[in-house]
Amino acid sequence: MRNGGAVAGLALFAVVAALALAAPLLYAHSPWMMVGKPMLLPFADAKFVMGTDMLGRDVMAGLVHGARVSLLVGLVSTAAALTAGVVIGAVAGYAGGWLDDALMAFTEFFQTIPQLVMAVLVVAILSPTLPSIIGAIALVSWPPVARLVRGEFIALREREFVQAAVVIGQRPWRIIVSQILPNAMSPIIVMGSFMVATAILTEAALSFLGLGDRNYMSWGFMIGAARGVIRQSWWLSIGPGVAILLTVLAINLIGEGLNDALNPHLRQRGE
Amino acid sequence: MNLAAFIATKLGKALGVLLGVVVINFFLIRLAPGDPAQVLAGESGAGDAQYVENLRRQFGLDQPLPTQLALYLKGAVQLDLGYSYRNHVPVLDLILERLPATLLLMAAAFVLSISLGVALGALAARTRYRNRHRWLDSVVMSSAMLLYATPLFWLSLLSIIVFSVLLGWFPAFGMETVTAGHTGWARVADIGAHLVLPAGSLAAFFMAVYARLTRASMLEVMGMDFVRTARAKGVTAGRVLRVHVLRNALMPVVTFAGVQLGQLAGGAILTETVFGWPGIGRLMFDALMQRDYQLLLGVFLVTSAMVVGFNFVADLVYRLLGAGAASAGTRGTS
Repeated sequence: MRNGGAVAGLALFAVVAALALAAPLLYAHSPWMMVGKPMLLPFADAKFVMGTDMLGRDVMAGLVHGARVSLLVGLVSTAAALTAGVVIGAVAGYAGGWLDDALMAFTEFFQTIPQLVMAVLVVAILSPTLPSIIGAIALVSWPPVARLVRGEFIALREREFVQAAVVIGQRPWRIIVSQILPNAMSPIIVMGSFMVATAILTEAALSFLGLGDRNYMSWGFMIGAARGVIRQSWWLSIGPGVAILLTVLAINLIGEGLNDALNPHLRQRGE
Repeated sequence: MNLAAFIATKLGKALGVLLGVVVINFFLIRLAPGDPAQVLAGESGAGDAQYVENLRRQFGLDQPLPTQLALYLKGAVQLDLGYSYRNHVPVLDLILERLPATLLLMAAAFVLSISLGVALGALAARTRYRNRHRWLDSVVMSSAMLLYATPLFWLSLLSIIVFSVLLGWFPAFGMETVTAGHTGWARVADIGAHLVLPAGSLAAFFMAVYARLTRASMLEVMGMDFVRTARAKGVTAGRVLRVHVLRNALMPVVTFAGVQLGQLAGGAILTETVFGWPGIGRLMFDALMQRDYQLLLGVFLVTSAMVVGFNFVADLVYRLLGAGAASAGTRGTS
């Protein structure tokens, strides 16, 4: 049952990823281009399975190209947040003392302030581009990683194999990277998978608010644009919404599966 | 730690966070491409050299950086959040005017999400404890999983489509029917009807979070020895669940609810934008559209202050709840 969910998630994610990769082949023209009559209903014209929007843009082309932005932003911002969180958490947990206190106060600060408000502010001031969006999402999502890694490091640094490494004279950085970190990887991987899902939701929210990179079509932008005509053609917002929902659901299912596989001692609780 | 010392520590922390936000604001403006005065003036001040010159003097931009920071901090301490050139009103006045609407929305969503979430989570845990109606558990958990993956702003739009456009049950825009000129209870009822869709959408995501959390927390407590002891002593299953399990399981939920308040504030922006709810979130969206950066920075500071204030209350509640449970002799605040 549980594994079934993870497999379904993986399959769904594979489809989204394949569509994202194949987007330039499937829809060679820009998704911003007007290609047909505006406001065509889905399936009204065989050429446009999802219909067209108020400017005659192909909705399906937008969906497929939007997958690229969602996945790219989700993966890159999570990688950046994981890197920052692991470095800060590892240093805090391994060093302890005042450095730990200072780094944790810093982490707690970023965890307290309203994340979406800060992301909106950063993207608005730096102007909306893919790098600023990715940076803003990473900036607001690293704190839980730092706390998790710190906890793991505090638990592991007293273990015998770490003491042994200290005794044989390994340098702190080597101990952190080659002794402790590999043993703390499982929960980090699980957290990372859930973070990709959250990052995709945040990107969608930003582009819905008009803070997307205007060079790339994104799902959030499509929903935001469809909002203006919601009373006349409500179906325009369904496609991109379902796309976000399925992608995020798929990644969460994968995350739960990883959680079961990598943290077996927690299994009875999450089941 | 006695209560006074506890409160003093937490207050110090809260002020520290606000100071941090002011410093971030200060450096963010300087990270933006171009002259900070031009950035702050935004499009609104583009043609107005006098306004830019005023800003430059106000922020002491001809002074060294530490002096500028000191000036900026001084302004913040005096609650001077700048002037919205677009609206011809001081930023603080604009925000304070919108604050009650946001607080109403957040409070309604919070109460709704935590009560429904805890109830659904407890229901799911109960079916497992009694090993009856296990399908209910699956239904609750699958729905929570779905809600958890649904973008808030899209859910808001869907609720408009279904409950306003198709069914016509609730109004979809604004906070009250201004033209109707309701007074007294009629006005309260009118605002209540306008509140249903925004608060419901905002609550849905957090309801899913709290349901999952309550269930997981209850399942964990159920496995503990004191629960088995209570059961062996002959306490009924219903009472064990309510008194022994739920009460102890609630503490992580309360802590988590405190941590999540920042997210609730972020969610309020999206909800207010979709529903035209005249709160701080809607104000922030308008500020985005008008590139009114003074106003954006002010919104960031005030929402942070709001979250810090809520966290303070949550800490206090947690401490009181924790003290209560510890004296009841079940489980401490471990």
